[in-house]
Amino acid sequence: MPERRRIAIVPAYREEGAIGAVVEEILAFDPDLDVVVIDDGSPDGTAEAARAAGAAVVRLPFNLGIGGAVQTGFKYALAHGYELAVRLDGDGQHDPTELPKLIEPVLAGKADIVVGSRFAGGGEYRPPFARRVGIGLFAGVVSLLVRQRVTDTTSGFQALNLKGISLFAADYPHDYPEVEATVMVVKHRLTLLEVPVRMREREHGRSSITALRSLYYVVKVLLALFIGLFRRRVVPLEEI
Amino acid sequence: MLELIRSRRLRERYALLWLATGAVLLVLSAWRGGLNTIAGWVGVTGYPPAVLFAVATLFILVVLLHYSTVISRLSDQNSILAQRVALLEERVGESEQGGSQLDSRSNAGLGG
Repeated sequence: MPERRRIAIVPAYREEGAIGAVVEEILAFDPDLDVVVIDDGSPDGTAEAARAAGAAVVRLPFNLGIGGAVQTGFKYALAHGYELAVRLDGDGQHDPTELPKLIEPVLAGKADIVVGSRFAGGGEYRPPFARRVGIGLFAGVVSLLVRQRVTDTTSGFQALNLKGISLFAADYPHDYPEVEATVMVVKHRLTLLEVPVRMREREHGRSSITALRSLYYVVKVLLALFIGLFRRRVVPLEEI
Repeated sequence: MLELIRSRRLRERYALLWLATGAVLLVLSAWRGGLNTIAGWVGVTGYPPAVLFAVATLFILVVLLHYSTVISRLSDQNSILAQRVALLEERVGESEQGGSQLDSRSNAGLGG
């Protein structure tokens, strides 16, 4: 069987200080994995740092937010014929040595999308209280909607096969996208699997979600989920 | 209004909307009898011009809602464009690099 072409998608905004190490770490862990960094319109040297570390860099002309950046990565993967994509955050909180846990179920055909969960056991990650409440709320709602137990709906540590890449390249939610994406995946009859992973504390910078915005996101995402329920399939995926 | 259209700062369809709004409000404020009749329909007995404000508010709400949808569509299109530009830019950079590598290789071949 020919080797499947794999790519790591790393969205980054203002990660000049961390992105180089992230890319190097991925390449050191698995040299067969191509790395594309999506620079989401950073005003600093994120793109240069990523390029110097050996990644392909797609540089958005202005800040689109995490959803738009990640979708750019999926479009890139699709256009370049990759059959498997993994997604890591640009701040170094996702540990590349955990990647096999995500990739293997996809290769084995157990699921179209595998999500690394911080809460499915196997990690000692403890987010701040407010964030834990939000994550718990989303997990409850999403689990109900997709009729499958989901513990970490905000994890950006994922592996996808071609079906998953195609779906997300065609349609991907905007800010705080993982929650809606989880529901979208199941609605399009793709299979989703969660595996426990360890995540690290952020090395540089702050999380893109500040306290004040959290409430807005919770309301916005719940509304989006609710509306999403009544939306017909936006993308015909039958031909894939 | 006409000047705005003439200088292409306003598309005709929006101008039409505003002109229609203005015309309706103007007619209603001038034609007191009509306003009173409409006020009677909707049950406003105390102060008929209140209907005028109600109609104006409704118009403004509709226009604002319309603008929200227009803005949503524009920003979606905008981000799709940004993504496409970024991907194309990456591709251009790649092929330029590939081209220059090819050049240096053929130059080396000539030199050898």
